[in-house]
Amino acid sequence: MLRLLRLIGQRTLEWLETLGRAGIVWLWAIFGLPRRGDLALFTKQIFQIGVLSLPIIVLSAFSIGGVLALQGYTQLARIGAEESVGLGVALVLLRELGPVVTGLLFAGRAGSAVTAEIGLMKATDQLSGMEMMGVDPLRRIVAPRLWGGFIAMPTLTLIFNTVAIWAAALAGIDWLGIDPGGFWAGMEDAVELWEDVGKGTIVKSVVFGVIISWISVFQGYDCQPTAEGIGNATTRTVVYSSVAVLAVDFLLTLVMYGEFK
Amino acid sequence: MRMRTIEISVGAFLLAGILALVFLAVRVSGVSLTQSAGAYKLFARFDDIAGLRVRSKVSMAGVTIGRVAAIDVDSEYGEAIVTLEIDKRIDNLSADAGAQIQTEGILGGRYVNITQGADEEVLQDGDTITNTQGALVLENLIGEFVTRMGDS
Repeated sequence: MLRLLRLIGQRTLEWLETLGRAGIVWLWAIFGLPRRGDLALFTKQIFQIGVLSLPIIVLSAFSIGGVLALQGYTQLARIGAEESVGLGVALVLLRELGPVVTGLLFAGRAGSAVTAEIGLMKATDQLSGMEMMGVDPLRRIVAPRLWGGFIAMPTLTLIFNTVAIWAAALAGIDWLGIDPGGFWAGMEDAVELWEDVGKGTIVKSVVFGVIISWISVFQGYDCQPTAEGIGNATTRTVVYSSVAVLAVDFLLTLVMYGEFK
Repeated sequence: MRMRTIEISVGAFLLAGILALVFLAVRVSGVSLTQSAGAYKLFARFDDIAGLRVRSKVSMAGVTIGRVAAIDVDSEYGEAIVTLEIDKRIDNLSADAGAQIQTEGILGGRYVNITQGADEEVLQDGDTITNTQGALVLENLIGEFVTRMGDS
């Protein structure tokens, strides 16, 4: 009994300690950026995290948008409401699927790479080497990756949503023959700029970007400096990020769109 | 040289993001009319609004001229008070203009239809439309029909 209590206490303390370390890394890195010389590092990370994630994002967006239109059409055509495909697809993408799917892909594509890179730097003593040269690794390594993620994730989500809606229009209008006027007008009537694009796409994707970057950077920075440790840390990044994205998405939807006030 | 291509592609990436935002704002959500031209408020009291929602359309002869801004209930008289935001350009609604709650299509949402009146006087910001007709609720119609069947 006592041993069980002790185990619980030990785990809680360890967990709190990890959270505290993660908070310190985050704070230092957040305030570590605003210097002029770092702009190049920052640009390089947006390239690594954002631009290189574009192919997978565009490809997924295209197939998800097309699939939504095809599936929506088969159901809605039965009650003669096939023009509602446009607004249905747009609302689903802007409010939920866009940020969530981009978040999951982003965690798998960019988050894991960041963790592995920082972990390997730690394992090969590059981080301690920098410290010895008087270069702060938090400022030089961690901060650009964190800020790169903050910028890249919303941008990728906007691109994802645009491509997916375009793919839905392609599938719906050009293949299935939905009237283009009804398709676009229904969408314009139903979608509100702040309510759907602002709260749905932008707020959610910024929050997800912060969470995923934070988890992946911290897992790399905090990993065991061995081959196995790096592997575990990379796995943890993808698992924690995915779970966090889905859980936080639920909370955000509850707060922003829940009917109770 | 390498850095140059990276910078160019990052610039293009961010530009694509901004263009995507513009597309989502203009093409997908449509620039909202009440925000662009300015709007004024009118009130209308209905005996039953049955499914009218905040942000529902306000239209005249099928053309959207505003949105429902708020819905409150007046518990003293048992009526709903609907706040309408009407586009500034529609500034000649006469004092006896009518407001009806109608349904768009068979499964569509509810909207407020405004019909122009003949009075010389014009509705100003904050005025109330008195000539109103609430929503037709299917259950009430069926109930009335059944009681009449029983009477005859």
